[in-house]
Amino acid sequence: MKSPRIPTDWPLPALAFVLSAFGIAMVYSAGQTEMPSFIEGIWRIQLVWFLLGVSVAYGISRTSVRLLEWGSVWVYLGACALLLLLLFIGQGAGTAASTKSWLAIGGVRLGQPSELAKIAVVLMLARVLSAQRVAPTSLFGLWRPAAIVLVPWLLIMAQPDLGTGIVFLGIFFAMLFWSGVSWPLLVLAASPAISLILAFGPGVWGAWFFLLLGLLWWVRPAWLETSVLVGTNVASGVVAPLLWGQLNPYQQRRLLVFLDPSADPRASGYHLIQSQVAIGSGGFFGKGFTDGSQKRLAFVPEQYTDFIMAVVGEELGFLGVILSLGLFGMLLLRTVRIASRSSSPFASLVAFGLTAAWFTHVMVNVGMTVGLMPITGIPLPFFSYGGSFMLACWIAVGILVLVSAEGRGKADGLVI
Amino acid sequence: MSFHPNAVQERARVASALILAGFVLLLGTFFRTMVLQNARYVLASEENRLREIPLPAPRGIIYDRNSQVIAENLPGYSISLLARNEDTLRTTMDRIGAVVPVTPEQIGSAVRRYRRDRSRPTVLFGDASFELVSLLEERRVEFPGLIIQSAPKRHYPDGPAVSALVGYTGEISDAELSQEPFADYKAGQQVGKDGVERQYESRLRGREGVRFVEVDARGRVVRENAREDIPPDGPAPLYTNIDLDLQRYVAEIFGDSLIGAVVAMEPRSGEVLALHSAPTFDPNRFVGGIPQSYWDELQRDPRRPLYNKAIKGTYPPGSIFKLATAIAAMENGLVDIDDQMPVPCTGGYQYGNRYFRCWDKKGHGNVTLAEAIEHSCDVYFYQLGLKIGLQRLIAGGIRLGARARSGIDLPSEVRSLYPTDPPKKYYDARFGPRGWSNAVTLNLSIGQGENSQTVVNMARLYTALATDGFAARPEIVRGQAERTRLFSLSDAQLKGIQDALTNVVGRGTAAGSRLQGIAVAGKTGTAQNAQDAFADHAWFVGYAPAGEAKIVVAVMLEFGLHGSRAARIATKIMEKYLKARVVAMPVVEGE
Repeated sequence: MKSPRIPTDWPLPALAFVLSAFGIAMVYSAGQTEMPSFIEGIWRIQLVWFLLGVSVAYGISRTSVRLLEWGSVWVYLGACALLLLLLFIGQGAGTAASTKSWLAIGGVRLGQPSELAKIAVVLMLARVLSAQRVAPTSLFGLWRPAAIVLVPWLLIMAQPDLGTGIVFLGIFFAMLFWSGVSWPLLVLAASPAISLILAFGPGVWGAWFFLLLGLLWWVRPAWLETSVLVGTNVASGVVAPLLWGQLNPYQQRRLLVFLDPSADPRASGYHLIQSQVAIGSGGFFGKGFTDGSQKRLAFVPEQYTDFIMAVVGEELGFLGVILSLGLFGMLLLRTVRIASRSSSPFASLVAFGLTAAWFTHVMVNVGMTVGLMPITGIPLPFFSYGGSFMLACWIAVGILVLVSAEGRGKADGLVI
Repeated sequence: MSFHPNAVQERARVASALILAGFVLLLGTFFRTMVLQNARYVLASEENRLREIPLPAPRGIIYDRNSQVIAENLPGYSISLLARNEDTLRTTMDRIGAVVPVTPEQIGSAVRRYRRDRSRPTVLFGDASFELVSLLEERRVEFPGLIIQSAPKRHYPDGPAVSALVGYTGEISDAELSQEPFADYKAGQQVGKDGVERQYESRLRGREGVRFVEVDARGRVVRENAREDIPPDGPAPLYTNIDLDLQRYVAEIFGDSLIGAVVAMEPRSGEVLALHSAPTFDPNRFVGGIPQSYWDELQRDPRRPLYNKAIKGTYPPGSIFKLATAIAAMENGLVDIDDQMPVPCTGGYQYGNRYFRCWDKKGHGNVTLAEAIEHSCDVYFYQLGLKIGLQRLIAGGIRLGARARSGIDLPSEVRSLYPTDPPKKYYDARFGPRGWSNAVTLNLSIGQGENSQTVVNMARLYTALATDGFAARPEIVRGQAERTRLFSLSDAQLKGIQDALTNVVGRGTAAGSRLQGIAVAGKTGTAQNAQDAFADHAWFVGYAPAGEAKIVVAVMLEFGLHGSRAARIATKIMEKYLKARVVAMPVVEGE
C-alpha cells in the first residue's frame, strides 16, 4: 500500500543528524588514547546503531499518530514487563557493573530496556492525560498519571538506576505542566520530593515547610489532601536521613561529592575534578580534535559515555561547547514548537514529553561534567556511546517527525 | 479546555524560556570554567600529565695537588618508581621481588622515601647493577611507572687509601633531612657523609636536572621527553692540597697491620699533603648503600676503622710535648738552650715522697736543654717544669693550642684535651681540693698527665717549630692560608731548639731513622696507653729538610711501643715527598 505523502519537518531530523555525526566523531576521539583499549573501535558500533536508529525513525515517521496512540498501551505494558524481567535476568556493565540495567540474551548485551521505557511512559502518560477533558485540579486527580510513572520508576530504581529515575520525574512533571495542571498543584505534587532533598539541611527544610504551609493556605485543597501533603512532607523530611542509610555507599559518595567535590579527590570527587580539569584546560579554542591530553592519558573518566562532554570541552574548547549546546538548544526549541503546533492533545503531549526527556538528559549530563549537577551516570543524547540509547533517541526523532507532519500550520522556521 | 491553542502557545513560551534559561546556566558555567578559570585548569592538566623525573647531578670531581683524581663519578643506574600510593609501591616491589631478589630492608627504605616525598619518583635501587637493570628492562611492560635511568655513581680510584680524608657519600638520612643545612635536599639524594665529601658538600653537590615524562591516569609512562630536559649541572672540580702519590705511599706503609694516623703538611701554607688513619675502609663500598655485612664487620673491628684517628682520636703526646715545656721556659726567660738543671739525671728524680722515673734507667747525667731534647731526658724536664711552675706551664701549653682544634677543614675534628688556666680551679674540680698535688707539674712537663692531643693538632704545633713560631692552619682544600703566632723566641733560641730537634734524628732517640742526604728534625714520643700498660702509643712529629722545612709529618702508632718506630715511618714519608719533588718539580699544580 502506498503511503500518503507526508511533509517532513526537515530541520528536526537534520539537527538530530548533525548532533549524531558530531557525537560519533566525539566517540571516535574518545577512543584515541595513549594506551589503546576497546574504546578505540567502538565508534563503528555507534555508527551502526545510528544507521539502525535512522531507519527505525524513518519507519516510524511513515506510520500515524493514531497507531501510536493505539499502541501506547501495549508498548507500556511490554516495557513494564521487560523491566520486571530485568530484575531477575538483568546484567550490569561498565560504570553500572553492579546494577541490572542490561538485557542480555545468550551473553550478548542487547541494550537497556529503560531507554525504551522512557518512550513508553511518555506515550502512556500522553494517552491518559489527553483522555481527560479537564486538567486535574486536585492532587488525588493525579493518581492515574502518577501510577503510570510510578510502576516503571520503581522497577528502574530497583535496578538501581538513579539517573534514569530522575529523567522519569522530569517527564512526569513536564507533561503534567503541558496538560494544563496549575503551578501550585505541580509544586504541591513535587513537595515530598523537595522535602526529601532539603531534609539534609534542617534549617532549609524548616523554611521550605513554612512556604509549603503558605501555599496550602492559598490553594486550599481538600482537608484530606492537605493532611496527606503535610504528612508526606514531614515523613520525607524525617525519613530522608533513614533513606540515606539505605543508599549504596557509592551513591552516598556521589551525592556528598556533589556537595563538596574536593572532599575525596582520589575517589568519587576524582571523576568530577578530572572532568573539570579537562573542560577548564580546553580554553576557548580547545586542544584540538583527538588531542585532549586529559582524555589521551585516561584522566577523564567514562570519556566515551557519561563524560563525553568533557572531551568536547577539552578538545574543541568553549567554541565546541557553544556549538553542541547550541544544536541541542535549537533541537529542543524545535520540538517545543512541534508540541505547540500539534492538533491533537495526545500528539502534543508526546512531543513535549520527549522534549522533557531530552532536556533532562542534557541538563543533568552536561551539568554534571562541570559540577552543576550530581554525578548520576546519565548519558548525553546522540553523543554518549550506547546502542539502545542512540536507537531510543532516533525513535523519538521519528515520533516527533510524525507528530510534526500531522500538526497545524507550516513546519518551517527554526524557532517559535 | 487545556489544549486551546492560546493556552498551548502560552505554555510553549514558558517551556522555551525555561529551556533557554537552562542552557544559559550551562553555558555560563562552562564560560566560567573554560575561559575565566582556564589558567588554573591548564596548570592542573599539565600537572596531571607531566611528571618531573629528577636527573641526578654528578658530584664535583676531587683532585689532588697534581690533578690526580681522588673522587670521580662512574656511570651507574638507579631504578625508581612513580607510585600513585603506598600500596602500588609495595605490590610493585613484591612483583619485582619475583624477578630479582629484594630484601625487606630495601622495601622498607623505599616506603620510607615514598613517605618523605610523594611527588618524586621513589628510588627503589639507588645503585642498581647492570644485571638488575637488564632483567627489569626486559620486563618493563609489567611494571608501569618504573623509571630506569643512569645516575652518576661516586667512585674513589684509590679507595681505602683516601677514605680518612675524602670520607664517603651516601643517601641522605631522615635525621639530616630535618636539619636546616639540608633544607633543599630530597629523600633519596646522595650527600657527603664524612671527610672532604661532607665538609665541602655545598661545593661538590651538583644541580639536579629534570626530565619530563608524560604519564597516564594509572601512572604509566606513555611518552619520554614530553618537554625539553633541564640537564643536570655538575659543579666545578675541587682541588685539594693532597699529594696523592704521598697519600698512597702512606697508606701502603700502614697496610692493614699497623694502627694509627699520619698528618703531613706543608709548614708555611698549612697545605695538608697527606692524611691517613689506619686501619682504613673502602669508601666505594659505601656508595649506593653499605652492605649490612660490611658495616657489621667495620663496627665489630676492635681497631675501629671508621674512627678517624688523625682528627678524632686524642692520645697522650708524651715526649713530643716536651718542646712545649721548653718553649714556655724560654719565653719566660728561665732557661737557655745550653743551661743545665741542678740535679743530674740518674734514671729518676725524687720529688717529695714520690720517685719519678726517667725513661732511660741508666740516666743521662748532666745534660743541657738541647741534649735533654735530643735524648728526651725526663729528669731534666721534671725540674724545668717545676722551675716554670704549674700555672705558667699550663698557660704556655694553652698558648701553643693544646686545648684547641687545629682548624683543619674536615668535619667533627675533636678538640685536644689539656688543663685550663688557672690550674687550681681545674684540678680542684677534677680531683677535689685535696686530691692532687704539685706533682701534676712533673707529669705535664713531659707530656703526660691531663694532656691528650690529636695527631693533626701536633702537626700544627710543629709547623711553628719548623718555621718561625707561626703555626699554619691545616688545609686540605686550598683556601686562605692562616698563620697564627704560637710563641716568640729570639732567633738564637729558635735555632737552638731546631738544632736539638735535628740532633734527635741525627744521633738521639730517632737516630735509626736518618735519611741519606736529607737532614730531618723531629721528636719522638712514647705515651702511656690507658688501655694497655705494656703497649705504649708511639709518636713522632718532625720536619725536613731541617734548614728550610718543606714538610711536617706527625705519626702516631697505637700500641707502637716506642717513638723510634713512628720516626722510621715519618722519615720514610718525608723522603718520599722530598725526593719526588726533586724529580717531579715542574708539574703544574692544579687549575
